[in-house]
Amino acid sequence: MANLSPLRFQTRLYYVLVALGGLIVLIGLYAAHMMEQHGHIITGMNNQIVWGTPHVFAIFLIIAASGVLNVSSIGSVFNKPAYKARAPLAGLLSIAMLAGGLTVLMLDLGRPERVIVAATNYNITSVFAWNILLYSGMFAAVVMYLWTMMEKRMKAWSKPAGFLVLIWRFILTTGTGVIFSFLVVRQAFGTAILPPMFIVISFAWGMAVFHIVQSSIYAWNLKILDEYVQKRMRNLMGLFVIAALYFVATYHLTNLYFAKQTEFEQFILVSGGVYPLLFWVGYVLVGNLLPLVLIYHPAFGKTRSVIAASLLIIIGGFSLLYVLIVGGQAFPLSIFPGYEVSSSFGDGFIGQYSPSMPEILLGLGGVGIAFLITAIGIRVLDFVPREIPKTPLK
Amino acid sequence: MNDTNVQRRQFLKTSVGAAAVAIAPGMLLFDMAHGKTEAVSNKVRWGMLIDTANCADGCNDCVNACNKENGLSGGLSPTDSQWIRKIELKDKLTGRELSLPMMCQHCENPPCVDVCPTGASFGRADGIVLVDKHLCIGCRYCMMACPYKARSFVHEALHDQKPDVPRGKGTVESCTMCVHRVDKGLQPACAEACPNKSILFGNLNDPESEISRKIRTVASIQVRADLGLNTGVRYQGL
Ligand code: SF4
Repeated sequence: MANLSPLRFQTRLYYVLVALGGLIVLIGLYAAHMMEQHGHIITGMNNQIVWGTPHVFAIFLIIAASGVLNVSSIGSVFNKPAYKARAPLAGLLSIAMLAGGLTVLMLDLGRPERVIVAATNYNITSVFAWNILLYSGMFAAVVMYLWTMMEKRMKAWSKPAGFLVLIWRFILTTGTGVIFSFLVVRQAFGTAILPPMFIVISFAWGMAVFHIVQSSIYAWNLKILDEYVQKRMRNLMGLFVIAALYFVATYHLTNLYFAKQTEFEQFILVSGGVYPLLFWVGYVLVGNLLPLVLIYHPAFGKTRSVIAASLLIIIGGFSLLYVLIVGGQAFPLSIFPGYEVSSSFGDGFIGQYSPSMPEILLGLGGVGIAFLITAIGIRVLDFVPREIPKTPLK
Repeated sequence: MNDTNVQRRQFLKTSVGAAAVAIAPGMLLFDMAHGKTEAVSNKVRWGMLIDTANCADGCNDCVNACNKENGLSGGLSPTDSQWIRKIELKDKLTGRELSLPMMCQHCENPPCVDVCPTGASFGRADGIVLVDKHLCIGCRYCMMACPYKARSFVHEALHDQKPDVPRGKGTVESCTMCVHRVDKGLQPACAEACPNKSILFGNLNDPESEISRKIRTVASIQVRADLGLNTGVRYQGL
């Protein structure tokens, strides 16, 4: 490689990366194919833990897809130039993650080939069915928004389109939260705090993803991110992390207050083995406290720290979702309150679940899809933020 | 009457006859497959009253009968289907112990039907809650929503299925109240199999039925009545 010019080396590297992304997607698709052939028996999911690792991946991607649009909204709707320059990239990321998440969700179905039935036989009372509309609407809204930003003649429309996207993504994340909060019989889920919690969380996760992608693009193009922009975006991310932590704390504290919920909280926060561990170490420590130090401590806060903080926030996000989704199902349903119960069907016992390879590969395949769409999108169209630096040159 | 007219009538007669000959066996088969041809109506609400006092600890006859009737393997791993199961209960305060069968409670307002995106989960006019195996996409949202853990997901390919009981890999299933038997005027398999006659099956909408008379006179409850689902299955002695 020594005799290659830097540019040619970079082009090659790009193709290698895209090929790697493609390979991950292919492996994910193969995992889904195996799941379809053998049935869900090859996954860790069962009749008690009916949603598992694929759902953790899918919901992370969908929530982050909504949150990343915050960058666009602050730019277009609230007229902040630093964010406006980044709005197209945020739109692209949103589409990419939404596509990845939905693909995972769809391929995890017991009958993925029947997904069209969800459109032809529509049950109006189902939150799931509403979400199908919300997701397709989101695609359309973001594509339209991107178009108004990239096509000169459409510029005038970019503000209303940005507004539409802003409202739509609020509804979308609310809808995602409602999938869970409508499950009144599950102690982990049946609460109205979940939709707003998902919205605030989406800001933090979306920002984290944005930071990583933005830094990669800048490094790739040998550009240096303006310090002023860096600082503003970094501080905003810190604020979102704090707000999300507040919501999660409120969720658990309210639960702790209800006597009928204390057993569940005891399980999730103290005695439940992997779930409390993931919650305290994965979410609280790795996903919140460390990133906050990296963001706000004067010794850090530079590009590398921000990237590290973003990565940690993402790890924390996965941990939180795993605790919420899997842990929430592992705790047994309270069918006969006041009784100790046991049966051949796991009544009264903690559900067992360990993620299997096909599930993890399917989830990673979704991430691969998001990566591919982003990588190709950036190459084909002009998504790299352009701006006049605000920080005076030294 | 002229010749052409006669010929035409003759032709019509023959064709109607031929058509009848062609269709009749089909109709016959259709009748056989569906039992009675009259439509399901809401004059009937099928339900069960389960007497926990009579239900013997350790007896599994209803479960075995269900497995046999519906072609379930009877396996007990977390991925095996269990349409009906015995639950052993112990009152945490008083220490009283009892045992009862648990299955789909055939709610009047079933959460599974509300959440199902495709309408595969549906309630029949006579109160039986079913899954249409051709519409189910296997999302498992109904399993998340069911308060009774009554549903199972088919995790692997099935063998030796019963022709009367459609099932399929990748779809969700649960107690059908033996709809194929009920439609023929029979009782659900579990009710028939119980040696202690602990499962009383009947029409809740007919004030004169045995089950209606009994729930008027003895105390019975719906499990998780606080959810307001109005279950078709009731328990006595809980
Ligand atoms: S698993 Fe089938 S029956 Fe259950 S909600 Fe999904 S589509 Fe409906």
